[in-house]
Amino acid sequence: MVETAVRTAARPVARERLVALAERSWRPFALLAAGYAIWWAVTQFGLVAAYKLPSPGATFQAIWNEVGYFAHHTWVTTFETLLGFAVALVLGVLAAVVMVTSAEIEKTLYPLLLFAQVVPKVAIAPLFVVWLGFGLTPRVVVAVLIAFFPVVVSMVTGLKSVDPEMLQLASTMGASKVKTFVKIRFPASLPHLFSGLKVAVTLAVTGAVVGEFVGGNEGLGSVILQANGNLDTPMLFAGLVVLSLLGVVLFVAVEFAEQLLMPWHASRRGETVTVTY
Amino acid sequence: MTVTQQAPAVEIDKVAVRFRGKKREVLALEDVTVDVRPGEFVSIVGPSGCGKSTLLKLVSGLLKPSAGAVRLLGGSVDGPRHDVGFVFQRAALLEWRTARRNILLQAEMRGMPEREAAQRAGELIEMTGLTGFEDALPHELSGGMQQRVALCRALLHRPPVLLMDEPFGALDALTREQMNVELHRIWRETGTTVLLVTHSIAEAVYLSNRVVVMTPRPGTIAEVIDVDLADERDYAATMSLPGFATATGRVRELLGAAGGHE
Repeated sequence: MVETAVRTAARPVARERLVALAERSWRPFALLAAGYAIWWAVTQFGLVAAYKLPSPGATFQAIWNEVGYFAHHTWVTTFETLLGFAVALVLGVLAAVVMVTSAEIEKTLYPLLLFAQVVPKVAIAPLFVVWLGFGLTPRVVVAVLIAFFPVVVSMVTGLKSVDPEMLQLASTMGASKVKTFVKIRFPASLPHLFSGLKVAVTLAVTGAVVGEFVGGNEGLGSVILQANGNLDTPMLFAGLVVLSLLGVVLFVAVEFAEQLLMPWHASRRGETVTVTY
Repeated sequence: MTVTQQAPAVEIDKVAVRFRGKKREVLALEDVTVDVRPGEFVSIVGPSGCGKSTLLKLVSGLLKPSAGAVRLLGGSVDGPRHDVGFVFQRAALLEWRTARRNILLQAEMRGMPEREAAQRAGELIEMTGLTGFEDALPHELSGGMQQRVALCRALLHRPPVLLMDEPFGALDALTREQMNVELHRIWRETGTTVLLVTHSIAEAVYLSNRVVVMTPRPGTIAEVIDVDLADERDYAATMSLPGFATATGRVRELLGAAGGHE
């Protein structure tokens, strides 16, 4: 690709960065614009009834009319998602660490984890409402449950993929297990962890929405549910748009954190851009 | 630890190693006895899979022998030893650390005083020609440069014994020769005992006081060859010396007789 041919050792200046960003992102934006145009055309020329598919104008009007309302419910969903994601992150990383320290524990825990994963969360979400009431807790719990698995799996893979020679080297250095973990194993597993976190953060949004579907009257999930009940499709679509934006923003935030924490990894990935994406 | 000058730095005494395979046991090493004097440079050559690397793991305590005994600096080896420096074929650097911080990993793991470690790292960076690359990340360095970083890391704590497992095997021929010259100079300057596993006969003879030639699996010692060359060795000049030709010829003969050398 073009970028690799002109790659220089020096750090690119701000303007070059901006150009590079534009070069990278114009395609998805073009696709998005095309989708929007089709949406607009389909509704504009009456190809689909307005109650089935509202026009983009009507959808954004619905958001504009109820900005305060949307702001509140978006905040609720964001809070549930972030809390769920954070708990899943901590629990997932801890579980992974415990599992790689002992093969016995891993053999005991892994089937249990897998079982917890294959149980459809959507189906058991109502149970959490019974157990935990209509408040914030059941929604966060569903988000945690959904986001937990990719965190554990990616972290276990990451911790196991450490160069065995590096670990042998550490033992000739007389390094304690804790030091080896902090300085070698943990940082080495970060690239794997982050690929799991990107999946987990989008799943956490889904979890929060599922939680809102089954219990409570707050959050974008309940906004969508209410709009659906009222056959208010502009409002329903407005909810979907905001929800999608939330997912994208959180995903990008995780990517940003990844680049911040692992500039070495991001720069390496830039070099192999010609192979695959 | 007090070590008398006469005591060998490394003693490998009638060692055997058996690996438990899936179906049967594999005898990797059998009846291997080698003594290495302090400050000596000894190379181990032999066909692939003859247990050369296994030998280094025994000395560093990363592996236990099935029979026989290994002693390092007078003490018996019964666990990972911290008084060695280890260099692998792959540099095995932490890709998120700069060259300097990769070297300093050794100090951090050992809890060495920071100032002393930083000073020592500076010396080694200069000695190995890494000046100007201290702040480069591993992926920005060539294979030769990465291996220099690994060498600095192995030497940081002034280990009395340096173990090297085909350290230049992945380098191109020219870089390899350069690294040989530098390793020779570093060995002369530091006086460290070195045990080097290699596939290159020229490398083994140029660098060593003695070359241990091994047989195919199960690895036993075919012969130990004394290299009749002065301690101070110029690379190009050494290549044309009769002592060099005699030694490489003998090693080649032994490996040819042993078979399976590539």
